[in-house]
Amino acid sequence: MATDVIHGSKAVAEAVKLCDVDVIAAYPITPQTRISESLAKFAATGAIRAEYIKVESEHSAMSACIGASATGARTFTATSSQGLAYMFELLFVASGMRLPIVMANANRALSAPLNIWNDQQDSVSARDCGWIQIYVETNQEALDSVIQAYRISENHEILIPSMVCLDGYVLTHTMEPVDIPEQDLIEKYLPPFKPALSLDPDSPITLGAFANPSTYMEFRYEQQKAIERSFKAIEAAGKEYGKLTGREYGLLEEYNLDDAEIVLITMGSLAGTVKETLASLNDRRIGLLRVRAFRPFPKDDVRRLLKDVDKVAVIEKDISVGLGEGALFSEIKSSLYGLDSQPSMAGFIAGLGGRDVTPEDIAGVVKKVEKGFEGTGWVGLK
Amino acid sequence: MIKIKEIRFHGRAGQGVVTAADILAMAAFQAGKYSQAFPFFGVERRGAPVTAFARISDDFIRLRSQIYYPDYIVVQDATLLDIIDVAKGLKKDGKAIINTEKKPEELNINTDAEVYTVNATKIALDILGVPIVNTLMLGAFAAITKEVSLEALQQAIEKRFPPKLAEKNARAVEVMYKSLED
Repeated sequence: MATDVIHGSKAVAEAVKLCDVDVIAAYPITPQTRISESLAKFAATGAIRAEYIKVESEHSAMSACIGASATGARTFTATSSQGLAYMFELLFVASGMRLPIVMANANRALSAPLNIWNDQQDSVSARDCGWIQIYVETNQEALDSVIQAYRISENHEILIPSMVCLDGYVLTHTMEPVDIPEQDLIEKYLPPFKPALSLDPDSPITLGAFANPSTYMEFRYEQQKAIERSFKAIEAAGKEYGKLTGREYGLLEEYNLDDAEIVLITMGSLAGTVKETLASLNDRRIGLLRVRAFRPFPKDDVRRLLKDVDKVAVIEKDISVGLGEGALFSEIKSSLYGLDSQPSMAGFIAGLGGRDVTPEDIAGVVKKVEKGFEGTGWVGLK
Repeated sequence: MIKIKEIRFHGRAGQGVVTAADILAMAAFQAGKYSQAFPFFGVERRGAPVTAFARISDDFIRLRSQIYYPDYIVVQDATLLDIIDVAKGLKKDGKAIINTEKKPEELNINTDAEVYTVNATKIALDILGVPIVNTLMLGAFAAITKEVSLEALQQAIEKRFPPKLAEKNARAVEVMYKSLED
């Protein structure tokens, strides 16, 4: 294993390199650009054997991945914010056709007003597209998650595309130590992609065909059943990866939960700042639950872990405008619905458009919740 | 809580401020420490003020917020002193390192911390032939703070830059470092 200090973008590119991808199609957008730049360079210099398709938009990037994946190619793309929004209709096509495409999304705020900085509104808004969504805390986890994503998505019991979400700038442009596993280790972990069905002129089939009212619902039902099967596959992929690298992953990460009466909940890199804050508060009554898999959403595990807790506080970088709360808060509430003794619940919107979230902000949330705050609040609002 | 040394770099876009933070993180890591470096871009145009951050620690750094109470600040362009409070939050026992021909007492800087001035632009023009001071300021940082060694810095520079540029920068850094050694 080689350890190096690298950007999150580079970590993602290194993961793609290790996965022996066949086709990469991507369109540059800040703060994702360095991922596609690195991959284009790998392809140009022969460091990877993938075909790199320069496309004219994100819509085309996903279209190219869909076409390539349908012929049995292992595919990758990366995007961010407006780019993900521009892909929106194709996200449904990819998942509906059950193509195991893997995409990295560098989380960034959406326009207007124009903002290039980090929040998670982009991928959170794409939560119903039928993709697996993994939110990572560190550059290491970004690399590890891309590799695991292929193993999960390509499982014939699953065949659902995966989105690995890493916070723009906060991870993409941050240098930190990352272990890059050896190629032969990943070859052991990730066998070559064998499509369940693929387009082949010698034995023609149709994929993604017309479905009228007599069949469409069954396709959607099967999608739901498949993504439910991915709970186990995500856990198994994370465990197996842990055996090879010493780094194990699951659907959720529990931090200091054993005796916790107050549990903070968040996704992505903010979890690091929360952990550091909790470490300095040094209070075993306060813990953190990091949601790694937002889709499929591990409702049962969340319910099991939070059922005996007094207070729950969600901190997230998105808002469902019109509902007045973040999507994660809604999911957590729904997970705890009907419990005999439900914890008191608070949801906080933080860090939109790159607004920095500091340990003082986190400590402020803890204080508020300790004093009995319930409902929704905004962190650092001027 | 783990002990983290926090460094804030100030400069203008185009002066390699972000690269300086990156190289420091690489150098600290070379020397067996954990490190982290990240930028804050304002508007992305040449000349605009840019801030970059670096953290050094004995453990993996989980904290991801910007740096408000730095142990050290490194200012690559002294004209920034007139427009932003570069020393904001600088710890009392911290250090400020500023690229200028002036002496510390001639500067308008609001801090109780120790202020060091170095004429990095002159060395840059002499050795590199361009007024790019980011690596030189790291040389000054290493000499003044002892947080990283000259060798680790030079190794990081060799890793980051193509050979010719790396050689020049490594030499320039050494000149700066030695000029401050006593």
